Amino acid sequence: MKFLQILVDGFAISSLYGVGAIGFTLIFGVSGVLNLSHGSIMVAAAIGAWAMAGDLGFGAVGGAAGGVAVGVALALITYTLVVRPIQTSSRIAREEKEIFVLTGTLLWGIMVQEALAYLFTSNPKTVRPLIAGVVDIFGVRTPTQEILTALISWAAIGLLWLLVNRTKAGKVLLAASINPRGLTLLGFELPTIYFWVWALYGLLAGVAGVLLGSFLGVSSDNVGQLTASAFSIVVLGGLGSVTGSLIGAYVVGYLETITAYSGAPSIRTVPVLLLLVLVVYIRPQGLMGRR
Amino acid sequence: MKASVRLLLAASVGAGLAAPAMAADPIKIGVIAEASSISGAAIPNAAKLAADEINAAGGVNGRMIEIVEYDDHNSAADAVRAFQRASSQDHVSAVIASYVSEVVLALEPWSGRLKLPMVTPGAASDVISHRIHDDYAANKYTFHGYMASTFLSDSVCDGMKAIAPNLGWKKAVVVSEDAAWTIPLDEEYLKCLPKIGIDVIDHIRMSPDTTDFTPIFNKIEGEKPDVMVTGISHIGVQPTVQWHDQQVPIPMIGISSQATSSTFYKDTNGAAEGVIYQTISAPDVGVTPKTLPFVKAYEKRFNITPAYCGYTTYDEVYYIADAIKRAGSTDPDKMVDALEKTSFVGTIGKVEFYGKDSQFTHAIKVSPEYIGGMLVQWQGGKQVTIWPNDIANAKIKFPAFVKTGGN
Repeated sequence: MKFLQILVDGFAISSLYGVGAIGFTLIFGVSGVLNLSHGSIMVAAAIGAWAMAGDLGFGAVGGAAGGVAVGVALALITYTLVVRPIQTSSRIAREEKEIFVLTGTLLWGIMVQEALAYLFTSNPKTVRPLIAGVVDIFGVRTPTQEILTALISWAAIGLLWLLVNRTKAGKVLLAASINPRGLTLLGFELPTIYFWVWALYGLLAGVAGVLLGSFLGVSSDNVGQLTASAFSIVVLGGLGSVTGSLIGAYVVGYLETITAYSGAPSIRTVPVLLLLVLVVYIRPQGLMGRR
Repeated sequence: MKASVRLLLAASVGAGLAAPAMAADPIKIGVIAEASSISGAAIPNAAKLAADEINAAGGVNGRMIEIVEYDDHNSAADAVRAFQRASSQDHVSAVIASYVSEVVLALEPWSGRLKLPMVTPGAASDVISHRIHDDYAANKYTFHGYMASTFLSDSVCDGMKAIAPNLGWKKAVVVSEDAAWTIPLDEEYLKCLPKIGIDVIDHIRMSPDTTDFTPIFNKIEGEKPDVMVTGISHIGVQPTVQWHDQQVPIPMIGISSQATSSTFYKDTNGAAEGVIYQTISAPDVGVTPKTLPFVKAYEKRFNITPAYCGYTTYDEVYYIADAIKRAGSTDPDKMVDALEKTSFVGTIGKVEFYGKDSQFTHAIKVSPEYIGGMLVQWQGGKQVTIWPNDIANAKIKFPAFVKTGGN
């Protein structure tokens, strides 16, 4: 019984982690940026969905769509306002740009977090579920929303896979991650590609945020935790590897769920952190890392 | 810091800081709270409302009350800095501080060292008043303006004693967040529940960082209790929503601070339906003739009903002003003497403090004659009172997924 419960709950939370993390890894893979404002973009999307579905009267579906739109908009603002100026600045030495982008996105994330706390309080918000009610899966009473969460997560992951592997735009993305210089020689504008990658990232982070908001609820206090968990998943799976991130998401999701059910909910994240230390020791490139 | 305060500071610097206080100088009351939480925001809001009313009626002996706000971001360190600033720079005469026991316990020694009277409108830990009892000379400047944890548990037990037989409640699991205020709360729950014929079959303390409560509910459901008795304040929205979404068939009753605010229903998308919480005042019950007019004025100005510490804060500004009036000065020792003699009918009942002999020195007296508890339930988006019977205006009603033996 407990085993089935872990199986069902772990699957939903892992799928959710997966969507959040592949966006994070995509940005790194294509443009080499570690976006430390990731958590605040997810939370902003969730709170956006909560506000639009409730106070602004858009309804559950309208709210969810609005929340995702907030995610995309905020990702693009992050890129144009924070990341792009650092990348193009001639006053920052090339070898220091990475650390500037890290710091910039971190500070930007804190600003967004504080703004959210100021405007909407730091009390957790829950996005109105698209479907209410529960379904019995092998005797495990599962909220319908949890099943929907897993389905939407996998739909998003599937669409991303199709985009990258089956379309011309996807090939350009892949090329940008492998050899950006070669791509510019072929006449592609890297900034344009980056812009679209950030839009795609915003879409994924927005979907993940809204789903998390309806599944567990989020507050501006969760920002750091969300960034850290995406970071752990991506390091575990191998920086820049989408497949690795997905595997990482399931390892983290199930390890957390098993700990919460068999150990104690309060030490939920501890085994994951220990595993992370171990991976960094034994296989620093991560499970599927290329380097 | 607010612009007006800065202006005032600039003005006082301009006039020379050593200038003697004139009759028309405002009486400043500092308010330290976490501005971004529901309960925290109610503190400065209610304080401003009370101050404006007192000022409109002529102030205290012709002196206006000025509220100076500080945001402590729920951090004890920030709160201590704010408290020091309130004393040394802003020269406030009293401080109303926080709904978080950890923060108030950190401020308590400073209240003694800086001889600055402090009242907490919402922290609950028994330790606050026990410290005053154990070292009166050092800690006498602190007053506990809200029910101590032990009284909170007793109040929940009193209410449950009345309603449990009809609902067939015999076995309970105590579920609390891990915090200073729930240590005496849980201790008392474990004592008073068996006394009313309810077995405590498990006692769970949850980390305040928990976001996924499924494993906890799952464990509790496996133990088959009739009811969950709660002690939650820092957490509230997430466990309530998950309880509802997962259709956990066990009712929840107890302390749930966030549920006291009207925004709780919206924040939980209605998942609050059926939750029963203990409180000392509700938006629909005229505990005293002052309660409903206060709620009305508060709602009009801030568009939400006051959280529990809004009521207490509002009263505190009034009885601090009253103490200053009776003391005839803002001298801290005279103010403490006057505050100890407080007998003030506010929005929560009749406020008087326990004396030196009580274990709960300077905590508000709890009994039906002074401050009594009540049980409120969320029904159809409204907070309705279900106990005590003489003020109850609704019958207990649970959502369909909740199973109760008696029904």
